[in-house]
Amino acid sequence: MSLLELRDIEVVYQRSDGTPVPAVVGASLDVDAGEIVGLVGETGCGKSSLARAAVGLVATTGGSVTFEGQQVHVLGRRARPARERRLQLVFQNPYESINPRRMVGAQVADALAIGRTEPRSNFRARVEQLLQRVGLPASMARRFPHQLSGGQRQRIAIARALAADPAMIVLDEPLSALDASVQAQVANLLVALARDLHVGMLLISHDLAIVRHVAHRTAVMYLGVIVETAPTAELWKAPMHPYTQALIDSIPHADGAGHLPVALPGEIPDPAMPPPGCRFHPRCRHVMDRCRSEVPQLVAKDGGREVACWLHEEPLVSQQSADVPRMSR
Amino acid sequence: MKPLLSVRDLRVWLDTARGPLSIVDGVSFDISAGQVFGLAGESGSGKTITALALLGLLPAGARCGGSAILDERDLLTMPTAQRRRTRGREVAMVFQDPVSSLHPMLTIERQLTEHLRYQLGMSHKEADERAIQLLTEVRIPNPKAALRGYPHQFSGGMRQRIQIAIGLACEPRLLIADEPTTALDVTVQAGILRLLHRLCEEKDLAVMLITHDLGVLSALADTVTVMYAGRVVESGPTAQVMGRSRHPYTRALIDSLPHPEASYGALVPIAGDPAGPESRPSGCAFHPRCRYVEPSCVAAVPPLVRVDDGREMACPVDPLVASRAR
Repeated sequence: MSLLELRDIEVVYQRSDGTPVPAVVGASLDVDAGEIVGLVGETGCGKSSLARAAVGLVATTGGSVTFEGQQVHVLGRRARPARERRLQLVFQNPYESINPRRMVGAQVADALAIGRTEPRSNFRARVEQLLQRVGLPASMARRFPHQLSGGQRQRIAIARALAADPAMIVLDEPLSALDASVQAQVANLLVALARDLHVGMLLISHDLAIVRHVAHRTAVMYLGVIVETAPTAELWKAPMHPYTQALIDSIPHADGAGHLPVALPGEIPDPAMPPPGCRFHPRCRHVMDRCRSEVPQLVAKDGGREVACWLHEEPLVSQQSADVPRMSR
Repeated sequence: MKPLLSVRDLRVWLDTARGPLSIVDGVSFDISAGQVFGLAGESGSGKTITALALLGLLPAGARCGGSAILDERDLLTMPTAQRRRTRGREVAMVFQDPVSSLHPMLTIERQLTEHLRYQLGMSHKEADERAIQLLTEVRIPNPKAALRGYPHQFSGGMRQRIQIAIGLACEPRLLIADEPTTALDVTVQAGILRLLHRLCEEKDLAVMLITHDLGVLSALADTVTVMYAGRVVESGPTAQVMGRSRHPYTRALIDSLPHPEASYGALVPIAGDPAGPESRPSGCAFHPRCRYVEPSCVAAVPPLVRVDDGREMACPVDPLVASRAR
């Protein structure tokens, strides 16, 4: 059993005219303790909806979310059950997720007060400890958010999540609002926290390149469905799904060689009117007839990989012959 | 070849109660027709302010000095009326965020033909025809229908293409693109980069590309200038500056980036935070974050020195620079 299990999650929103907009259409994902799982995809692919469903911030219309073996409740008017506090969320923009009018130490202490795990007299020491844990000096506690840089603010947001002694943190684009040179600092902090505190992390990002350095496993999402999951190194070395390949090819290289990245033709379709068959087929270079009508399912492959693509239809290779060649590209 | 635009010793400062606050300090570069000039730096390094100074769009209170010569005329000192004619016709700008830089309540037609009618005095009909031609050029599907659309009906990538079309409307010779792909997904970004590249080649357009994304610069720019805290630290041909970077800041920035060819494992971050204008360190502004810092770095601002391989850099510690100084 994994720490966090998402099973066949469906999230459907409604437009003002009543049209249903399915943002997530049956996505499943597991995150273990101490593991960082990256979830990547373009804007509008449903990755943030899936993240919010994972912490109970949006109601799912299907599927189940279990955390430490128990169902996660959708957040309503009542306080969350105490055990769900160990499932935390960090938002994208540290300029908006922190109260500008209160000292940051007090905001970290809030999480301690809500947790009621220790006496108030310990708060000060504990806050200082948390700040140091995220690489900030203890004196930072008496600063206001406007005195902090973007990177420092995101560290505060992470410290606040850590105050609840989480087993699992869901991070929604935690790096994209940060400066290039600061991104790496926060990325390394996440890796260290997962390793040292054995916290599981689900890292949502549109930036495949940074996820590569941080995540143990990566899931690629396209228009509401997960099309491929694999150990990160494997995913980069040999992407199986044509969409993953397209994402990797479109990243420009900072090597001064002047190679233009490969553009993926077309636009991500309206989730209210998804294409039939494989949702990626109108933009796919390898499109075949069956892709237009039959929906490929996520199938397990060798090496802990999963892919939903008719190019990789054959079942687990190891069960038949070890030498069956993999689709090369 | 004579450059299209020559910027020399550009300075931008704010007059405050405590004296002038320097934002951009002595920036010089050339931009040639048909070439992409890349200006790199993190937020707060002064790259956007540099562009705004060229267009005469500096925020109130900011003042500038130096020169920016386009065809023997100085963009910085030209009278307002002349500057109005220059903007759009000679130099156009594309902004970072296509969501907030297009007017949400006006049709694409209105926003695209405004320039044509005001700057070139075209009639309604002529302007519409030209607008359709422009939208075709930036590969907007079904341009006739698109003209009647509103910005919210288009995706981020399409809006950025429309902005580029607006920029190109009066056939400027220089297009300034400020972080044109930062708000976009990588797959869409690749398309915009290819579009800019094609325009440069086909129309002999000069592009000034401002971005913090060194991958984007590597892909598109012919020459690159890297700024830190309002000053140029390294500049030269892209292959040199990006491929064989020498300045400690450029190197550190490249090492901290999660680019595809880097090895796995931990990234190498730059310690500390970028310096803002009000807390700029003495001497080389990068010295508090630099691994190679020496006393001379703290004492005086290192001058930009041209070294043997065609690049210019400001670092007294670098052996190539040191040998020049002797």
